Amino acid sequence: MSDDVLAIENLSAAIRNGPTLLHEISLRLAAGEVHGLVGTSGAGKSMIGRCVLGILPAPVRVTAGGIRFLGKQLVGLSERDRRAAGASLALIPQDPLSALNPSRRIVSQMTDVMRLRLHLSHAEAYARALAMLDEVHIRGPQDVLRRYPHELSGGMRQRVLIATAFACEPRLIVADEPTTALDVTVQKQILRLIRELQRKHGTSVLFVTHDLGVVAKICNSVTVLNAGRIVEQAPVADIFLRPQDAYTQALFAATPRYDRPGDTLRPLPADFA
Amino acid sequence: MLARRILLRLLQSIPTLAGVAVLTFVLVRVVPGDPVAMMIPPGADDAAVARLYAMYGLDKTISQQFLIWAGQALGGNFGISITTRQAVTGLIFSRLPATLELVTVAAFVAVALGVAMAVIGTRFAGRAGEVVVDGITGFFLAVPDFLWGLAFIVVFGVLLPLLPISGRADPTQASGLSTEFTLIESFVRFRWGITTDVLAHMAMPAVALALPLAAMIARVLKSSLAEQMGQDYALLSRVKGFSRWHVILAEALRNAAIPTVSLTGVQVTFLVGGTVLIEKIFSYPGIGSLAIDAVINRDLPLIQGLILTFAVIFILINLALDLSYAALDPRLRHG
Ligand SMILES: Nc1ncnc2c1ncn2[C@@H]1O[C@H](COP(=O)(O)OP(=O)(O)O)[C@@H](O)[C@H]1O
Ligand SMILES: [Mg+2]
Repeated sequence: MSDDVLAIENLSAAIRNGPTLLHEISLRLAAGEVHGLVGTSGAGKSMIGRCVLGILPAPVRVTAGGIRFLGKQLVGLSERDRRAAGASLALIPQDPLSALNPSRRIVSQMTDVMRLRLHLSHAEAYARALAMLDEVHIRGPQDVLRRYPHELSGGMRQRVLIATAFACEPRLIVADEPTTALDVTVQKQILRLIRELQRKHGTSVLFVTHDLGVVAKICNSVTVLNAGRIVEQAPVADIFLRPQDAYTQALFAATPRYDRPGDTLRPLPADFA
Repeated sequence: MLARRILLRLLQSIPTLAGVAVLTFVLVRVVPGDPVAMMIPPGADDAAVARLYAMYGLDKTISQQFLIWAGQALGGNFGISITTRQAVTGLIFSRLPATLELVTVAAFVAVALGVAMAVIGTRFAGRAGEVVVDGITGFFLAVPDFLWGLAFIVVFGVLLPLLPISGRADPTQASGLSTEFTLIESFVRFRWGITTDVLAHMAMPAVALALPLAAMIARVLKSSLAEQMGQDYALLSRVKGFSRWHVILAEALRNAAIPTVSLTGVQVTFLVGGTVLIEKIFSYPGIGSLAIDAVINRDLPLIQGLILTFAVIFILINLALDLSYAALDPRLRHG
């Protein structure tokens, strides 16, 4: 299985002198695959993403296991080597407002990474930014590049971030609840957009979400997490048809079904919440 | 737009200055102490004493005195200093440049030191480096500026005599400069021997003034940097491949500066207030030491002029701070 883009092996992480946040997590992602990470809030979904991206919060450490990305072990690398190994990694964050620096224009926030990773000149990076904004279906890209983040709508900001994430042709993108902060109508467009670009570029995606409806739309396989442990891991079709674990079943029951509008919303049983 | 805002603020400050003028005028005259009593030669007769009072207008009522003073002040004449017999306006203008240069250098030192400590503490958050920075800022905050001044005199003036402990420049060096802005003028006229001499004289008083403010800036800036470093844009910048140093300096610092300027900006006025003691300690010829002498001698016209000068400086500092918010935050610029 050396052709996997990402292989997380028995990964554990803990707060220093504190509780363990992730228990022996293993998962594999093939090229072009979209893998969902689902679970309730606090389950450790984002923490797995942050382990992969190398941006753990200061008190959190990887205590065991490994992360193999494109055949290279990421755990234990020095910060400098880690940055170099991250050239084919990108992030689509949850909150598009706080993910853009309020005091910098869009153009510099899109081109800085291209200049750093692809060694493009100013002019080349600007041209590539225009092309990427075109790929995410933004009209009037020159105008958008001149703007500050607060001058754009939430959907526009997320498009800009998606364009930036794909700009350096990453092999793996971590998408951490990329639609949660958006209006419902915009959510669908953004989801479709990620799907479209992911297919076009053949990018693997680790897709963090608490919404099983989103998983059904976009993922090939899924890992269900509860309190930092894997409770179930399977192709999407299997999970939806035959959820094995009681927690997964409870998660389904708590998901509103657009096809059965009469259903009342059931909260998760207290022992899972 | 900007010019209009500045003009509006300056107009708004007129009533403030008028209030300060009235208040100090009354206060310095109702507190006990008599400037003329100090000048009376022994054995002077009553008529001579009365003539002295009349000479300074002190035989009139306070409101009469104020009207006379205000009328002249509007024309730029703030009276004659009782002790030096010089015009107050000229006296203040000859000493003001020394204080402005001292405060400016102190402010630069405070900002540079404060930002450096905050950035280093943020870079090493959660590690020994942060503990060291927090310890240093705590110590700097706990010791007031004049104590730093005295400690510096003992250490760098007496034990290791590296720096001059008094005055503003070496008096044996003929300066030949045409303004009292000795530091700036000597620099732009390539008289760098004088520049270094003035800086050497300034070093101890400026650093003494700067340390408590530097610590204040470091505290506030470090906590807003910590908040900014937790924002998604800072994480995203690290995912893009930028180092922590880059993220702190190129991404977070500017945003963290906005709350820092609003929380510590007013403290810059404390630097100006601090000059009163610090200039006295270092015999530095600015308006701070002039103010102490004026108060000791009950030199009413001089006190009055100096307090108004301080008030004008405070108003200008606040105006500059106000304008700096807009320069830092694009959301305010367009709003
Ligand atoms: N900065 C942090 N420092 C310490 N613990 C954290 C931090 N962020 C999250 N945690 C803890 O890690 C666990 C997993 O959080 P997270 O991965 O953010 O959950 P989610 O599944 O909602 O994304 C939670 O118990 C949370 O309290
Ligand atoms: Mg999360």
